Amino acid sequence: MAFLDISHLEKAFGTMRVVKDFNLGIEKGEFISLLGPSGCGKTTVLRMVAGFERPDMGAITIDGKDITGLKSNQRNVGMVFQSYALFPNLTVAENVGFGLKVAGVARDEAAERVREMLALIGLPDLGARYPFQLSGGQQQRVALARALAPRPQVLLLDEPLSALDAKIRVSLRTEIREIQQRLGITTIFVTHDQEEALSISDRIVVMNGGIAEQVGAPFDIYNRPETRFVANFVGTLSMLDGTVMQPDTGQVRLGDTGITLGRPLTQKSGSTVTLALRPETVHLGRAPGCEIILPARILEVHFLGSVIRIRVEAAGTQLSLDTFNRADMPPPPVGAATEISLAPGDIIVLGDRLPGGD
Amino acid sequence: MTKLWSWGALLFGVLFFLMPLYGMTEFSLKMRRGEYSLDAYTAVINNPQFQATFSYSVIMALVTIAFGVLLVVPTAFWVRLKMPWLRPWVEFITLLPLVIPSIVVVFGYIRLYNTSSWLPLTGTALGTNILLMFGYTVLALPYMYRAVDTGLRTIDVATLTEAAQSLGAGWVTIIARVILPNVLGAVLSGAFLTFAIVIGEFTMAALLDRPAFGPFMQLLGANRAYEPAALAVIAFGITWACMGLIQLVTRFSKHNRLAR
Repeated sequence: MAFLDISHLEKAFGTMRVVKDFNLGIEKGEFISLLGPSGCGKTTVLRMVAGFERPDMGAITIDGKDITGLKSNQRNVGMVFQSYALFPNLTVAENVGFGLKVAGVARDEAAERVREMLALIGLPDLGARYPFQLSGGQQQRVALARALAPRPQVLLLDEPLSALDAKIRVSLRTEIREIQQRLGITTIFVTHDQEEALSISDRIVVMNGGIAEQVGAPFDIYNRPETRFVANFVGTLSMLDGTVMQPDTGQVRLGDTGITLGRPLTQKSGSTVTLALRPETVHLGRAPGCEIILPARILEVHFLGSVIRIRVEAAGTQLSLDTFNRADMPPPPVGAATEISLAPGDIIVLGDRLPGGD
Repeated sequence: MTKLWSWGALLFGVLFFLMPLYGMTEFSLKMRRGEYSLDAYTAVINNPQFQATFSYSVIMALVTIAFGVLLVVPTAFWVRLKMPWLRPWVEFITLLPLVIPSIVVVFGYIRLYNTSSWLPLTGTALGTNILLMFGYTVLALPYMYRAVDTGLRTIDVATLTEAAQSLGAGWVTIIARVILPNVLGAVLSGAFLTFAIVIGEFTMAALLDRPAFGPFMQLLGANRAYEPAALAVIAFGITWACMGLIQLVTRFSKHNRLAR
């Protein structure tokens, strides 16, 4: 059994089933992200682990102990909120020490722990300040220290970076990951930002419509999406519907063009198969190692700085491709005829499991 | 030209309110024939009944405030947190004392809690004091509830509660250490309004036959010339002091000094 085990969790609000048969095992010290669009049930799962919502069905255990029926203040679970939720009437040090005071920790010990926590978040001199005297990033650091001070078994982060500006968000997520690894605390992080989830998680749970569509390491989630939804939601993906010609060799017809994937397909001959391509796997012109070459026409060119995203029409459909910006190589003009190349191994064959696919 | 009219309107308003006050204050100083003196004030303050009734009303006000805070803060907190659909009803109920005359309320009390009832509160002085305190709480309810509810609106009650819960706090700790301190300014506004209401209240205290300040003011007004004016000035002073204290408390509340 995993350290934090969530099994067959169900939750409905009125007639709306928000979480459906959700199962997840999290190992001790693991950093898991629940990733999904608004309304997918990720926050509800987190709130059920925190004890703020009572599941209709299912069980949650931490270290073998069933906590499903426990009140939130009996669970020893720390939580960081999107809106910081620092107590405005207390100083930073008092905020961090709140949980320790509630737990009846001796004053000297609590003061030492508060000092330790403030040093951990890099704000050792701001203990006497009030929350309103801090920036958003500082407030969220204090909220993290406050959640960690009572040494919780599990740390829950409910979109803690959403209210911060882009630069702070990137630096703080790195800090959160460093602190989590240093303390080895089991963490669930809720976000709708795929970049955040991909960059700091050990594993990601992609959620849609109350179910876990796919659970896996960021590399697997990005490169081997199992469902159409995951493929669409994580990263940018061009999808092409083809017809299977020879399942054994992976021969597929895309419009008037035939391509060979070089690996067997589970679909029958004549059936439709959905292929997906990341923009970075499609190359403008003939690239070495890319055996599939398709004639194409430039539809749109978006200059994004270091990267140029180009939209082309090829094989009867539209594809996106990324190319690095080079000062000596201006982007091709819109409407120009060109060629694109891709490696068969880079083509993702989306499985038959398409729940909630769109 | 518009500015002139504005200043004119302001001047008219100030005179409208201040002239009667000035007249009353001036009259209260004329007890000694031919010169201004504080004789009326001395007479009022040295009156043993003044001291007794004022002390009684102050104690009643403090008890009413304590009871009101204990009743209203958890109620308003709970309604906002768990039963927001109940808010219009609670607001309606708290407004009732403004439309039901206090004489009706006190007659209701006397009928319900007289010596031959199932709970004979009027049978003893302590019981009657408790009944009067309940009455004062009802009278102050519209002000206390609104003040606290407005205070709660300024903080994120749900998230702060959940944050405290995740840190192991129970309901009493949450209300005492998180909610109450953050709405203290609002609670104090309600408390000072309650104080002002209790100090000047006549009907309930008179009909329940309690030695309160309101009936004393009425008695003095009916029998003396200068002392009632002095007493009215003192009462105004107390009310204004309460308002000043509300301002001071909100201004010197440390955690929101800069936030405002």
